[in-house]
Amino acid sequence: MQNHHKFTEGEEINSMSQTPNENCDDCPVHNLGNLTKLGINMSQFDFVVALAGNPNTGKSTVFNALTGLRQHTGNWPGKTVTRAEGGFVYGNKRFKLVDLPGTYSLLSTSTDEEVARDFILFGQPDVTVIVVDATRLERNLNLVLQVLEITDRAVVCLNLMDEAQRHNIKVDTRRLAKDLGVPVVAAAARQEEGIPELLKNVYDVASGAYLCRPHRLERTAPRLEKAISVLSGKIKKEFPLLPNTRWIALRLLDGDQKIIDAVKSGELGNLSAKSAAIRAARETTK
Amino acid sequence: MKKGLKKEQSTTTASSKESILSSANTLRWEIGEHVHDSLIESIYADANQIASRAVTLPAGKPRFDFDKKLDTLITSRWFGFPLMFLLLAFVFWLTVEGANIPSALIASLLVDTIHPWLRSVFVLIGSPWWLTGVLVDGVWLAMAWVISVMLPPMAIFFPLFTLLEDFGYLPRGAFNMDSLFRRAGAHGKQSLSMTMGFGCNAAGVVATRIIDSPRERLIAIITNNFSLCNGRWPTQILIASIFFGTLAPPALAGFITAGAVVGVATLGIFFTLVVSWGLSRTLLKGEASSFSLELPPYRPPQLWQTLYTSLIDRTAIVLWRAIVFAAPAGAVIWLVSNIHIGTMSIAEHFINLSNPFGILLGLNGVIIIAYIIAIPANEIVIPTVLMMTVLSTKLSGIGSGAGVMFELNEATAVADVLRAGGWTMLTGLNLMLFSLLHNPCSTTIYTIYKETKSVKWTALATIIPTIMGIVICFLVAQIYRLLFV
Repeated sequence: MQNHHKFTEGEEINSMSQTPNENCDDCPVHNLGNLTKLGINMSQFDFVVALAGNPNTGKSTVFNALTGLRQHTGNWPGKTVTRAEGGFVYGNKRFKLVDLPGTYSLLSTSTDEEVARDFILFGQPDVTVIVVDATRLERNLNLVLQVLEITDRAVVCLNLMDEAQRHNIKVDTRRLAKDLGVPVVAAAARQEEGIPELLKNVYDVASGAYLCRPHRLERTAPRLEKAISVLSGKIKKEFPLLPNTRWIALRLLDGDQKIIDAVKSGELGNLSAKSAAIRAARETTK
Repeated sequence: MKKGLKKEQSTTTASSKESILSSANTLRWEIGEHVHDSLIESIYADANQIASRAVTLPAGKPRFDFDKKLDTLITSRWFGFPLMFLLLAFVFWLTVEGANIPSALIASLLVDTIHPWLRSVFVLIGSPWWLTGVLVDGVWLAMAWVISVMLPPMAIFFPLFTLLEDFGYLPRGAFNMDSLFRRAGAHGKQSLSMTMGFGCNAAGVVATRIIDSPRERLIAIITNNFSLCNGRWPTQILIASIFFGTLAPPALAGFITAGAVVGVATLGIFFTLVVSWGLSRTLLKGEASSFSLELPPYRPPQLWQTLYTSLIDRTAIVLWRAIVFAAPAGAVIWLVSNIHIGTMSIAEHFINLSNPFGILLGLNGVIIIAYIIAIPANEIVIPTVLMMTVLSTKLSGIGSGAGVMFELNEATAVADVLRAGGWTMLTGLNLMLFSLLHNPCSTTIYTIYKETKSVKWTALATIIPTIMGIVICFLVAQIYRLLFV
């Protein structure tokens, strides 16, 4: 860890093994002195952060780097099948971090995909960090786009940059951030590189300092588009505070039983109320 | 499900919620196209567009790709399986060779040095003989035995296995076995949950969550117990080195022992496949579903972190569990060995009762009782067997009195005790088989119930391996006696 890794042209990320200078203590950008790892102690917290991503992209490694926990990480897809939770303090705010099972999509019905989807939708995290594999960006984006359909507060952690570099793959993070409408942070979590930048961006999105304008899917079929706008209009009337009515409409049109049940039982109504409360709280802190 | 739906519909009035759902239904028919497909198409199209704008791939000819070359070798049709067995055998060989000396050292410290000292302290402070018995000769010796028998092999085996895992070997092994599982009518990902079971069956059962179809998931849950777990590896290694390692000249003993353990583990994989095949043709009929398995890149393992996690998280936790279960077991063993009914102790009554059944299976009464005592944790089988054997054969010169877990100075002493207890090659072989084929430990049974929420499948997962163990041990005993006696 003596050498610095160049991630993108012109952008360089400081090696993290050096101990932070005392003068930097109140600078929120480039130090880990601001980070207090809380392990599993997370009795009270200001923000909830979800960690999503494809299998084997290093979610658990990011989780460990932030919480100081040592959840076992393994080099095979599907290592994490249950939710792991931990906490950390950054910028005087307490964060609860939830490591979700790795999934390729949020559409099908396996238990792990359901756990991830339910948490992002019903758990209403303040920020969803999507860990993606820089060497397999296109396939990883499938999940990113689905997450961005559900939530509008996300940060993309472009992980495994060291491996991408080894394979001579270059990723233009600024372009990617512009296209996705959310912050993109280059990282090599195994070396703890990029973790301070990730923290800063998570903090900014959580506190509302950074306003995401997430990419939404463009649908080519006009009939589908029309059906979605009709249905989402109806949903908006019943649940006026829901942030993602178009996505709910799409899931209903697709016959997603869990969402149908949520409409029926009124769980969607609770969600709507909760998200309104979160928004109100954010307004007052500004 | 249908019943519940009807009830709910009858109780809710025609609210706006219902109108949302009904208009979703009508719209779905109006669209006429597959919503799902068009959604996926637009996701793929957007992902492709965004990625192509952001990513610059290396120009020109791709350089020599080490990963790809290694993959074609490791997952090759001809070398894949032999390589897998060689790797496993190498890991066990290192474990067997490396564990002997530290095992003897720990035993001499905990058993030969600390035990007499503890005893004299208890006598000095005037503790009644039965309290000294229960605490020092029961609890302490049981724990000392578990630590000296289990700690060294675990401290070597776990880090080695974790290194293989970090390197990226496990999914390749799973890839090799995928076609076998598919032919058995099971899900290819079962090979991953099976591999997890080699660590701990309860963890393996939880890992089956990566399997989508309930049918295939149940098959994976029921057959997970055929993966030898942490609690059983030390038993396998110890018995194999006593009864198989000694067949060969000392220089080769390690290889033969490792080979025997790999043999039993492979037999476990074979039973996994056979039982999966049987279930998918009877109780859990259906076709295997397809899936894609991503082979992760090879990564240089992080040596120190691996050592830390496997020693602290795995070894320490498993050892702690063993100690927690061994301590009360040690007390119970001492008590049943020292409370007499008539002329014999309770333990001797039990052993006499279960002996005929044990002998029929090519085992003995002691082993049967040990497996009943070890239902909470397989880890304590060997200490229990040793202690009970000393008791029932009334060996002199070892230990001091009934129910005292004895003191052994040499590594071969375990073998001497077992031979004195009437153990033969058949007993050793069948103990290894029965250790592979018996009910899961109570933690695993509880985990199966939590995952399936069904008494029926939990019972089945418990009964199937037990019956198989009884039948197979019986058959092996008959054949062995026909051939060698």
